[in-house]
Amino acid sequence: MTEDLLPALTARAAEAAHARDPACACAAATLAHREDTTVVRHAAAVAKAHAPGTDPAALALRLAVAARLPGILLPPLAPAPAELHGRPVTYWPYGTPVDPDDPDAAPWEEAGALLARLHRIPLPEAVPPLRGPEKAARAVALLRDLSPRHPAAGPVLDAWADLPPWARGEAPAPGPVRLCHGDFHLGQLIRDPAPGGPWRLIDVDDLGAGPPVWDLARPAAWYAVGMLDPGAWHRFLAAYRAAGGPAVPPDGDPWPALDVPARALTAQTAARAVTKAAAAGRPLDEVEEWLVDACARMRSVPAAAPAD
Amino acid sequence: MQCPKCRAPMHTYNRNGVQIEQCSGCRGIFLDYGELEALTRLESQWSQPAPPPPAAPQAYPAAAPQAPAWGAPHGGHYGNRRHKSFGHMLFSS
Repeated sequence: MTEDLLPALTARAAEAAHARDPACACAAATLAHREDTTVVRHAAAVAKAHAPGTDPAALALRLAVAARLPGILLPPLAPAPAELHGRPVTYWPYGTPVDPDDPDAAPWEEAGALLARLHRIPLPEAVPPLRGPEKAARAVALLRDLSPRHPAAGPVLDAWADLPPWARGEAPAPGPVRLCHGDFHLGQLIRDPAPGGPWRLIDVDDLGAGPPVWDLARPAAWYAVGMLDPGAWHRFLAAYRAAGGPAVPPDGDPWPALDVPARALTAQTAARAVTKAAAAGRPLDEVEEWLVDACARMRSVPAAAPAD
Repeated sequence: MQCPKCRAPMHTYNRNGVQIEQCSGCRGIFLDYGELEALTRLESQWSQPAPPPPAAPQAYPAAAPQAPAWGAPHGGHYGNRRHKSFGHMLFSS
């Protein structure tokens, strides 16, 4: 079925592009074709087939949120998901992504400000819960199922086990709930309209109500582990605070708020890395070792108590 | 090491056995985990206030970057970014 999906989705993307621009230059490309997601571009339009098993009602609510917040999230071309080979499909304008070969040029300030604005939106009545913790739990469960005897599995599973239930997706988060992106990383930013328009957040699959600190926690984890240059982290955090983001106090040490979710995202990223390395039959590379080492250090440092 | 605030080079000083990094540009100070506590301990041991050491400015900008204690030791690894997985991870879940 996956083999049939790509040509069908490619045709749908062309239809969407031609509806926008009959004089289309017809430049097409497959942007992603993974087990769970396929994304195809045709000129100014992008068609995305969401993961099998996606809840269509929840996706429709998430799509409606994107349509209502065009200054923050990329607005979809069609207001409701379509269906193709049993998969929900959504349509989007094509935007220019962050250059993956130049992460230093990433728009950290804009990203911080966009997340702050998202978190300040009054919570829409009909919005599903944030899927971040659930996805992290799934990555850790996969490690436990597939590679429990890998030498790096122990520290990662221990770090995860020490987290409070909310960070493992097993209980509601303490503190106020906000509208969150749920899966922020540098692949979730594009310029719309391409090539030089303002930056917008994309990918609503994990968007929902939850603790806003989750959206800061992945860059926080990168910084803590040593992957992200402190300058970039501070630019991101300062812009978030300057835009009135509610996930951390406006000044002072942000780590009492960031500690637990940054641990969860470090464990998730480490779990993915170990599972992938084990599946490929290769040793962990240096960056993957940093993630596992950070997990190993967590047990000796009690988690910060949440501020409220 | 580069200053996380203004990118100027940082120089290492030893103050009563505690190593601190000070920025040559904005004069901000970077303390490793536990060093602030070590300095506070030393300070409380003085029975009377000592004159400030000549090289240390009177007022520091609040530039000490905060990080969790389980994070990467001293300064992180970020200078070393020629890894394939590094770039990939910043762009994926």
